[in-house]
Amino acid sequence: MKVHAPATVNEACEMLARAAAEGRTLRPLAGGTDLLVHWPSKSAAHEGEYLDLSGVSELRPLVWRDDALVLGALTTYWDVVREARVAAELPLLNAAARQVGAVQIQSRGTWAGNIANASPAADGVPVLMAYDAGVALRSSGGERVVPLSAFYTGYRASVRRPDELITAIEVPIRSRDVAVFHKVGPRRAQAITKIGVAITRLAGSGADRWRIVANSVAPTVVRCREVERLLDSGARITSAGGFMPALQADISPIDDIRSTAAYRRTVMGRLLYHSLLGACSSVV
Amino acid sequence: MACEDGRAMEVRLTLNGKPVRVEVDPRERLLDTLRYRLGLTGSKEGCGEGECGACTVLMDGVPANSCLVLTAQCRGRSVRTIESVDAKALGPMLASGATQCGACTPGVVMTALWVKENPGLRDSHTLRELMAGNLCRCTGYDGIIDGLHAWVESDARSGGAA
Amino acid sequence: MLPMHRLEGLAKLTGAERYLDDEPIPGCLWGMTVRSPVSRGRITAVKFDPAIDWSSFIVVDHRDIPGPNETYLIENDQPVLAAGCVRHVHEPVVLIAHEDRRLLRRAVAGVKVEVDPEPPVLDYRVPPRAEQVQRGSDNTIKSLRIAKGDVERALASAARVIEGEYQTGAQEHIYIEPNAMAAWVEGDVVVVRGSMQCPYYVLNALKHALGRDERRVRVIQAPTGGGFGGKEDYPSTLAMHAALLSLKAGGRPVKIVYDRDEDMAATTKRHPSRVRHTTGVDADGRLTAMKIDVLLDGGAYVTLSPVVLSRGIIHACGPYFCPNVLVEGRVVLSNSVPYGAFRGFGAPQTQFACERHMDRVAGAIGMDPVAFRKLNLLRDGQTTATGQTIGGISGGTDRVALLDRALKLGAWEERREEAAAFNLTHPYLRRGVGVSCVWHGAGFTGNGEVYLDSKVQVAGLADGRIEVRAASTEMGQGTSTVFAQIAAAAAGYDAGEIVVATPDTAVVPNSGPTVASRTVMVVGRLIEKACGELKQKLGTRGSGLGVGGLNGDSLRRAIVEWHARNPGREPAATATFEPPPGVKFDDERYVGDAYATYAWGACVAHVEVDLRTCAARVLDFASVQDIGRVINPVLAKGQVQGGVVQAIGWALLEECRFRDGAMVNNQLTNYIIPTADDVPPIEVEFVEVPYAHGGGGAKGVGELPMDGPAPAVLNAIADAMGREVGADPMTIPMTPERLMTLVEAAEGAHGV
Ligand SMILES: Cc1cc2nc3c(=O)[nH]c(=O)nc-3n(C[C@H](O)[C@H](O)[C@H](O)COP(=O)(O)OP(=O)(O)OC[C@H]3O[C@@H](n4cnc5c(N)ncnc54)[C@H](O)[C@@H]3O)c2cc1C
Ligand code: FES
Ligand code: FES
Repeated sequence: MKVHAPATVNEACEMLARAAAEGRTLRPLAGGTDLLVHWPSKSAAHEGEYLDLSGVSELRPLVWRDDALVLGALTTYWDVVREARVAAELPLLNAAARQVGAVQIQSRGTWAGNIANASPAADGVPVLMAYDAGVALRSSGGERVVPLSAFYTGYRASVRRPDELITAIEVPIRSRDVAVFHKVGPRRAQAITKIGVAITRLAGSGADRWRIVANSVAPTVVRCREVERLLDSGARITSAGGFMPALQADISPIDDIRSTAAYRRTVMGRLLYHSLLGACSSVV
Repeated sequence: MACEDGRAMEVRLTLNGKPVRVEVDPRERLLDTLRYRLGLTGSKEGCGEGECGACTVLMDGVPANSCLVLTAQCRGRSVRTIESVDAKALGPMLASGATQCGACTPGVVMTALWVKENPGLRDSHTLRELMAGNLCRCTGYDGIIDGLHAWVESDARSGGAA
Repeated sequence: MLPMHRLEGLAKLTGAERYLDDEPIPGCLWGMTVRSPVSRGRITAVKFDPAIDWSSFIVVDHRDIPGPNETYLIENDQPVLAAGCVRHVHEPVVLIAHEDRRLLRRAVAGVKVEVDPEPPVLDYRVPPRAEQVQRGSDNTIKSLRIAKGDVERALASAARVIEGEYQTGAQEHIYIEPNAMAAWVEGDVVVVRGSMQCPYYVLNALKHALGRDERRVRVIQAPTGGGFGGKEDYPSTLAMHAALLSLKAGGRPVKIVYDRDEDMAATTKRHPSRVRHTTGVDADGRLTAMKIDVLLDGGAYVTLSPVVLSRGIIHACGPYFCPNVLVEGRVVLSNSVPYGAFRGFGAPQTQFACERHMDRVAGAIGMDPVAFRKLNLLRDGQTTATGQTIGGISGGTDRVALLDRALKLGAWEERREEAAAFNLTHPYLRRGVGVSCVWHGAGFTGNGEVYLDSKVQVAGLADGRIEVRAASTEMGQGTSTVFAQIAAAAAGYDAGEIVVATPDTAVVPNSGPTVASRTVMVVGRLIEKACGELKQKLGTRGSGLGVGGLNGDSLRRAIVEWHARNPGREPAATATFEPPPGVKFDDERYVGDAYATYAWGACVAHVEVDLRTCAARVLDFASVQDIGRVINPVLAKGQVQGGVVQAIGWALLEECRFRDGAMVNNQLTNYIIPTADDVPPIEVEFVEVPYAHGGGGAKGVGELPMDGPAPAVLNAIADAMGREVGADPMTIPMTPERLMTLVEAAEGAHGV
């Protein structure tokens, strides 16, 4: 095993570029709360090469710009929990962060790691997506910012190239009049999500204001565009069942070790209905 | 800087308030370095998957599972383990029955210590939320929560002195 | 007695307590196990990866076992290492040791056990097909029966007959310290040290499989990070494995420490159960007939299953009086990992069924569940299913008053009214309350304690302190502390002047296994007796004081003087168990005094169900128990609170999921036990009815707390959901998925 310890983002990107050119896999290592689980028995992973980001101080800060909150790639959940302004202005980030694992995980796990790990159960992703976050990807060739809603291409797959590092997550600050986050897990802490949903609506009028983002109900975290359209249409919805046709198009839950497809579908409908009752005039 | 398989790498960190230098295998977890290299066996391995919290240490003052950290990642960091905790401070936890079999206990105490030393946490979180990363199969948690409560209170009474 | 802190408490709180894996052993090898990949079949080959240099590894298989390839227990049917065939996934086949743990892991992955599969039994409830039969004619491990009166006649003439079928799943112990054991050879003695509940079980297993007598085997308990029954019989397997590796390595120390996932997948769990009740009541709601059919999944080998079944059926009627009873119990073989001891030992399973059923019977006849229970609770002078008259040493507890205390502690009336109002107005939350009444026979069943023939020794040390020598282990439940308290009280000492010896078979006599809530009651009593004898011995040896006159200072002086007069020797006394007079049980017919006495309890649960997710949460929980005299209130309360939370986990969260006989959620991420945030404070009160033959007047406290919570919680869920939704939960764990299925079945899936 090799552990590379760059001191700067440039250095890190060069290391990634070299590895990519030579056909080697070099994995960024942030909090390690995904990579190091069951580490002693992961013999194959011990052969790998790792890019330890912990010394790259540029990746650390959580910065407020006028129009956005920027989470450096090493920003942890706990960093967000501690930042009072997040709870006030982007409450879903606080809500999600507080429900990740428990404090030992919140203190080490990073938002960038959560995104890069590409688990359909990731709890950081739905709230970021519901806030229209963008992912800053840097390589030795330059930087691009990809909307999080366009980041995933399939199960555990994303647009990130092996030579790219997530350097930051940009969360635009916009006025929203609905913001809800639900995590349904098997217990109240240390729980992998069985069904999750983040809901926001941009303040103002017009279409495309809803963001309905669900986790653990499809191969990736998904934006439920049919549900968003349904809400935009103003069609009356009088029960959880009213969401089902749209949800069927948006989500594709499965039976697995943690829950069942039927349960996930039903609960998703109910969460939507009860969350939007009162928040959306067409849901009654 | 890079380190390779088998070849030991040097890591300097602050451990329980003292600077230390350890030579480790790059694959080594902080938990293994503490237990098998430095003889600090207070931190326990209950799962190796970040769930139980028996391996909890404070990293830069905040609880972390030492089973999910490579020692290589601790360069320049400050790590505090159960071995740094003064037994005399633990009276309230003893009296409340916070420990039974003791396997979860060092981790529990580290998280509790963090809660005690950061009074502000209690404004935003309940004690039970803060302790949720430490699984205990023996006490049913009342002994732990009551003990922590008493510990925190005893501190408040004595004017916040640690 | 004065409240006293746990003796080793500070060592545990500061991390100074050294468990097996905390102790470096010079020159030690690590051992690991190669296991069966399938649940049943014939081993056709064991292949070693030729890319690995095996000469640097110690490799052991069944041919290396000096004695019979059998695990010594009730029936010696379980091999130490599979030979020829396997009966469950993860069955140990080959052992490997090496000093480098990383190389060892790779080596283990480099061994392939090839098996020609045979049809396994994967569902114990389905009668086996001919090709699945592996024992007798139908895989029955043991069947037992209790009969009193004439059930069929009583059912025929009952005002109402109510039936129900209840099921419980497997439960993992999740002691936080996984199994750990080391073995080495000292001279000609195989020494084993590790995490365990029962050193003499381990000793007997080693003697048998290694073909050695007890002078050439020695077993020492290391501090043990939790057991709950999971370290009752299983450590024998680890000990034999470590010893075999050490013997093959020329006596070098070998340590086996299971990973969590291995511990979860490969070691014993609580027996799954299916219990059917057919109950007759008269017009007033009195129980007239209880016909109960108990079926347990035993797993692949006999292990302790017959005894679990025995305790299960004896407790199946709950703490109620019924004149006509027929309990038929059967434990059957299946091809899963053997099920074993787990806190409560069958009684939680059968009492879950009974207490859920009592609520349903009360509901069916339109009676209040509390009034129904009060009417039927055993009164002193009435008989249990085995015909034991409760009274004398088993009596004295007012079970109705105990229930009333629990109702008061759990604010039954107030919460019930509140819940009714709350449920009318809340859009999707529903609250309910549930109650349960339970009992737990203390100590071994029937004549078990007589067969055990337990012994305890106390000795005066040269400095005047007293050492207690017993094989009973401390695993968190407080044995050492309570032993010190009991000995101190008997000797007139401070508890600090009592030394509780480490259980080491070279030093301590066999005080029996640390199971069955027997330690304080039975072994504690022996400590009192032995202390009495020590006083007597020293008193009659001319200390100037009369018999019984020695106490405290005078005893200390007498001990010191004795040592001065007898250099190199020590004054010691041994006490041996004698059953309380008049206690009789017929092991064949299951008639008589199943236990000399019983602990009694009542629980009240207050629960909230979220109709959106069907997740249930316990909001409040109260437990009142009569465990005899409470020797140490903090420790006793901790036993109850820990047991209650373990039982809430069993009721709501904990589910072992199997695929082709293998546990697939063998990780703490996927096997869900409660965190601090999942449970409320557990309110506890004790009713103290001293037991004349128990140490310090105690009965047992270890297991009773496990019996009542699951039915109380499910009764509360039924209360919350029942009237409006009509869901009638009869299975645990009552996961949200399961509850939703019930709700949908009840309401025709029209959602909320
Ligand atoms: C006990 C426990 C509980 C958990 N609970 C939750 C939970 O409730 N909700 C949840 O969503 N997750 C949970 N997780 C998973 C995990 O904590 C999160 O996904 C976390 O955000 C991962 O971040 P990390 O920094 O630890 O990632 P790492 O383990 O360091 O890395 C994860 C992946 O991301 C890649 N990566 C990391 N940083 C970058 C970067 N800057 N650029 C490119 N790639 C990168 C790595 O190469 C790796 O593939 C839990 C984990 C554990 C062990
Ligand atoms: S051992 Fe680290 S969390 Fe369990
Ligand atoms: S004291 Fe045993 S697990 Fe907590």
